[in-house]
Amino acid sequence: MNIGIEHYLVVSIILFLLGVFIVSTRRNGIRVLMGIELILNAANLNLIAFNRFSPSASANGSVFAVFVIILAAAEAAVALAIVLAIYQQFSTVHLEEISSMKH
Amino acid sequence: MEIYEILAWAIIGLPLASFGLQLAFGKRLPRQGDWLPTGAIWLSLILGIVLFVKVIVLEYDPHFLKQYSYLWFGGAGMMEFHFGFHIDNLTAVMVMVVTIVSALVHLFSIGYMHGEDCYDRYFAYLSLFSFSMLLLVLCDNLFVLYITWELVGVSSYLLIGFFFWKTSAANACMKAFLTTRVGDVFMFLGIMLVVREIGLLNYSKVFDAVAHGQLNGTLLTIAAVCLFGGAVGKSAQFPLHVWLPDAMEGPTPVSALIHAATMVAAGVYMVGRLFPIFSASHEAMLVIAYIGLITAFFAATIAITQTDIKRVLAYSTVSQLGYMITALGVGAFTAGLYHLMTHAFFKALLFLGSGSVIHALHSQELPDMGGLKKKLPITWATMLIATLAISGVPFFSGFGSKDAILAGALAFGMENPSHMPIFIGLWLAAGVTAFYMFRLIFLTFYGEPRVPEKFAHAHESPSVMTIPLITLAALSVLGGFGLYGGLWFNHLIVAPAAAHAAEGAAEHGGEHSEHFAHYLAMVLSIIVALSGIFLSYLVYYKKKISAESWAVKLRPLYDLSFHKYWVDEFYDKTAIRFLLWIRMVFARFDNKVIDGLVNITAPGLRGTSTFSGAWDKYVVDGLVNLLAIATQIAGAASTLIQSGVIQNYILKASLAAGAVLLLHNYIIRLFA
Repeated sequence: MNIGIEHYLVVSIILFLLGVFIVSTRRNGIRVLMGIELILNAANLNLIAFNRFSPSASANGSVFAVFVIILAAAEAAVALAIVLAIYQQFSTVHLEEISSMKH
Repeated sequence: MEIYEILAWAIIGLPLASFGLQLAFGKRLPRQGDWLPTGAIWLSLILGIVLFVKVIVLEYDPHFLKQYSYLWFGGAGMMEFHFGFHIDNLTAVMVMVVTIVSALVHLFSIGYMHGEDCYDRYFAYLSLFSFSMLLLVLCDNLFVLYITWELVGVSSYLLIGFFFWKTSAANACMKAFLTTRVGDVFMFLGIMLVVREIGLLNYSKVFDAVAHGQLNGTLLTIAAVCLFGGAVGKSAQFPLHVWLPDAMEGPTPVSALIHAATMVAAGVYMVGRLFPIFSASHEAMLVIAYIGLITAFFAATIAITQTDIKRVLAYSTVSQLGYMITALGVGAFTAGLYHLMTHAFFKALLFLGSGSVIHALHSQELPDMGGLKKKLPITWATMLIATLAISGVPFFSGFGSKDAILAGALAFGMENPSHMPIFIGLWLAAGVTAFYMFRLIFLTFYGEPRVPEKFAHAHESPSVMTIPLITLAALSVLGGFGLYGGLWFNHLIVAPAAAHAAEGAAEHGGEHSEHFAHYLAMVLSIIVALSGIFLSYLVYYKKKISAESWAVKLRPLYDLSFHKYWVDEFYDKTAIRFLLWIRMVFARFDNKVIDGLVNITAPGLRGTSTFSGAWDKYVVDGLVNLLAIATQIAGAASTLIQSGVIQNYILKASLAAGAVLLLHNYIIRLFA
């Protein structure tokens, strides 16, 4: 079987949809953050795949992917700090219970 | 701006400003603001003196004329209406007369009206009157003349009815206003005729047009007689004289200012001002002369038997105005206007004097008076001077002017023997005038007090009232020196040139007959005045002749005079009854026909209004409510989307993005 760009993309979209599914259905804030990591990694896979299969010799896609990984690390650090702060404030990380700004 | 223009603006502006201020703040000012209009009119008097000195003394030119005209409104396809000043010798003299009398009356009023209700409003009205009267003499066209003509009428109405809680005063002011309105309507018609034929309003331009025959023949006569109608109303000439005696219901200083010295003389002034129009029509001049004659004679005979001191003076005023009108009618222009000036001084003095008597005695009936000479020495002396002046005794002002009028009438009569009755009538009226005026003096100041308890409380008025009396007395004497030996008045106030060109009047008599007429008239008028005084002396002082027994002997004549020739009763039976009848007919028409029609249409209207009410309530309101409900439902539905849970938003956004991706081909085709 000849592995082409389509296979990468299919894996990427499955990862992305799984991420969206987790983000929109999980109640636990930490799980939602995991879903976001999945979405980001789906995007990374896309970037790497397009870089590998593009005719040009540049490594732009790989560089972007590295940036996104760093960004994801930073985002995870900040977001987990926020989740910790929320937990201190509300004693829960269930998202639908944190609705004091809705009203 | 030239000095005359500034003076004119200031002279009318001061009383107008004080009227506004007094009306707005009068009650809150100290002394109820009486000093404000008084100060304003005294300033106007000073400016009037400046104007007089500049025009009469410094210029000394019979043809002096300054005109200042400003476009008010109109133009661009319609008639132009101007506002402007027409300043000549006559204007200067009139401004002087009006401001002097008005200033003195303001001063007198401070004493006379002291403690009356609405004291502040009284002074506001006086200011309004002063403004209107000064603008009347200063204005330069028929349009402004008519406006001020009505304005003085309004102020007269307000001041006659000043004691409005008295029914007689309320009726009198209404009568005065409506009676003069009759004349004013004619005047308006006259102005309309002038506008229709000439199309201009400015005095000088209208006179030019008349001199060039743009308005001539019968139409000119009609226009002139209509304009004269205004003077008949305002100057209380027969047959519209009935309002003036009733106007005595107003405060006495008002009678002196408005109903003796200035406003009633406005008619004479108007005839003098528009003399080129009148003198161009021989017939109009005859109408003027005879109306004046009838008025002069018959008002004088009424004055003999009246018992109210102010009514005697009122009829005397009517009679003297008749003199002036006759003088203008026979072409004795200078004499008529000179009499206007002298009469303003001595008649204002007589009224203020009678005001002083009334103030002291609280009665205006002659039978309540008598013997007041000792109690009111200043009032007595000044009124005696005025009486000598009005009777035409030599060396007093009335002698000069009355003698000049008689001379003019005599010259006119000698030229046209068929019009000799004018002179004879005026001559007899002069005797009657001397008689009734001395009757007034004898009954008021001489003999025994007839009502001792009133006499006991009588006292001389305060100096704020006696100073105007003394000033006017001085003017009543000095005013006479304008005419002797061809002094300034004779030289400066001459009939406009158009009069000479158009129609023969007294001026055509030639030097000789005029001089002859002058000396003859002088001798005759002295004789008749002295015999009137002597007769009065015999009847009312010496009691050699009993007035009562003669009244019985001449019962019909006495009744005729006492009941004022039944003119009021005649109007009551004819014009007023007719008007009341018409009023009743209209009322009935209103009640039966118009109300009937309304009643018929009412049920129909009710039906349609019920229908439209229902339509409104159910259909229109229903639609509005429906819309509101639909909006509410839509709002409620759209709030469901906003759950506030971020995950829902993400899901919705993702679904929408997926939908856009799937359908993007269709969407692009939609916009292609």
